[in-house]
Amino acid sequence: MSASTLRIALVGNPNCGKTALFNLLTGGRQKVANYAGVTVERKEGRFTAPSGRVLQILDLPGTYSLDANSPDEMITRDVCAGNYPGEAVPDLIVCVADATNLRLHLRFVLEVKRLGRPVVLALNMMDTARQRGIVIDVPELQRRLGLPVVETVAVKRGGAQALIERVDGEVPAAAPVQPDDAASRADLHAQVRELLAATLTMPRATAAIDDTLDRWALHPVFGLAILAVVMFLVFQAVYSIGKPMTDAIADGFDWMGGHAATLMPAGPLQSLVTDGLFGGLGTVLGFLPEILVLFLFIIVLEESGYLPRAAFLLDRLMLSVGLTGRSFIPLLSSFACAIPGIMGTRSITDPRDRLTTILIAPLMTCSARLPVYALLIGAFIPIRYVFGVFNLQGVVLFTLYLAGILGAMLVGWVMKHIRRDKSEHALMMELPSYRVPKLRDVAIGLYERGMIFLKRLTGVILGLTVLMWFLSTFPGAPEGATRPAIEYSFAGYIGRGLQYIFAPIGFNWQISLALIPAFAARETAVAALATVYLVGGEAAGGLGHALAGQISLASALSLLVWFAYAPQCMSTLAIIKRETDSWRNVAISFGYMFVMAYTASFIVYQVARALA
Amino acid sequence: MRLSELPKGAPAVVDRVHDAHAADPIAQRLRDLGFVDGEPVRVVAVGPMGGDPVLIQIGFTRFALRKAEASRVSVRSEAAA
Repeated sequence: MSASTLRIALVGNPNCGKTALFNLLTGGRQKVANYAGVTVERKEGRFTAPSGRVLQILDLPGTYSLDANSPDEMITRDVCAGNYPGEAVPDLIVCVADATNLRLHLRFVLEVKRLGRPVVLALNMMDTARQRGIVIDVPELQRRLGLPVVETVAVKRGGAQALIERVDGEVPAAAPVQPDDAASRADLHAQVRELLAATLTMPRATAAIDDTLDRWALHPVFGLAILAVVMFLVFQAVYSIGKPMTDAIADGFDWMGGHAATLMPAGPLQSLVTDGLFGGLGTVLGFLPEILVLFLFIIVLEESGYLPRAAFLLDRLMLSVGLTGRSFIPLLSSFACAIPGIMGTRSITDPRDRLTTILIAPLMTCSARLPVYALLIGAFIPIRYVFGVFNLQGVVLFTLYLAGILGAMLVGWVMKHIRRDKSEHALMMELPSYRVPKLRDVAIGLYERGMIFLKRLTGVILGLTVLMWFLSTFPGAPEGATRPAIEYSFAGYIGRGLQYIFAPIGFNWQISLALIPAFAARETAVAALATVYLVGGEAAGGLGHALAGQISLASALSLLVWFAYAPQCMSTLAIIKRETDSWRNVAISFGYMFVMAYTASFIVYQVARALA
Repeated sequence: MRLSELPKGAPAVVDRVHDAHAADPIAQRLRDLGFVDGEPVRVVAVGPMGGDPVLIQIGFTRFALRKAEASRVSVRSEAAA
């Protein structure tokens, strides 16, 4: 067995399939999607080649040029040049190029070649190239480039066989280092044209299907209409597909909790199992189907290549509130969770644009808010059909998402005026070819999201739920107590203390108390409320039923609005600290969201009460 | 003529990219993306609000550019090339 580890870096233009290739080689499950800038950090994996040699693979953010403009591109530049802290120069660079887009991608290959390091070129997406009738004379390309060239299909099992065989063999000789200046850069384009003329037959510049789809998707009127319909359908589907499954799960847990109770003697342990575990955690788990339905749509949209089209349509709107079209994709990932969204801002060139995007990303409705929304909407909003087709519950959910977006636009607009920004914001965004999402990628994406949710549930949410159960159970009521036992517990005292702050926006002590664990993870609010009401013996018929009996519609609406804007969660604030390296930004972020949430909830509560 | 003024669908050829100021990173990136002398370009679509941004076909790639970016590129009509 060969002792040495070969260190390989994957580089290339954005969206050429580096991460898909990385996943294929290492068995990894890194996120892939059909737009530029999915990978924003270096990821490492390894696998053992047939010869027994261990290959360490480095997946790097895509870049159009080694002349880096944004933080993610700088990572790639620095790793290639051997300037990345704690990272030795890679032994071999695998330059990945999209075979259907060689005019653009070969230029970068030539730029990498000039670094004077061993390079192998992987022509990826060869299957699509063949379907489109693109013919590449690989031996001739290899001869002219002076680099080994292999064909790959990163989305097919075994699609990297040629690449594995090549990198497992002799490391190719490096080309001589060449200087980088304006004249030699212009020269690269001339070289690409020569290479293409000699080795490439391309029936048409773009796929015919892309042209047809874009005529509709980017149409000034139909394009916007399609976008609105797509977004609206997603929220309708969350309710019409997710809700029945959620109800089934909730019934299942009620049944299990009931059975568990009969098997145990009455007492604190029985209460912990039925009220804390089955009641608290079960209620949160019930929202898994809704989350998965939402992600199914997000993943399909990501894989299809539609998202950059949406960014194109909305760019002008983003610009008017001081954002760049590049902010669109990080903001969109924030609908899953603000953490990857904030990390995704690394693909934004301008540091001020990046900061604005980071500060407003938490206003996008993340999936952790969905259980809270679903619970309250299910309890307070009747199932009624608007115009005969739109479920009113779905409409309210859509409105809450919209409230987050409008809030973010307002904040962006204010920030733009505070800093009197007159500078230019660049877009320069590539629109990829459309692609039919691969069932396997969608399944893996859903599995990953589901596992993240379950890990949170069995980790932080479980811990906090047990804590909430403890606080609401102890100490017990004193002798001769007249009020319900829970009012004498720690939870009762803490909740009533908090009520001084939250009573003006309509929160009772139970809700005020539930806001504390929600700060660690938003879904915990649901588990905490379930536990508190169950321990208090007021949750017969499910949490939604209990809430509907305990709080007014005005309070429920106020709570929904609070969750739309409130500064949560801790992990988001931690990632803001890490990405901006400034406590000041954390303070600004927390402060503005608290004020915004409190003000909006106050207005909603007082108006709703006046109208009721 | 500037790329930002090119009508939708009209075939043209890139002349050069102009720096808006010294060491303009946007201009340099446009050159890296292939906006160089003699390269055919075409406006494929325009944004719904004020015709901004514009979608440019260059080589085998489509790039969305804001008008400020597109105005850095001077083009000539294909017939004159």
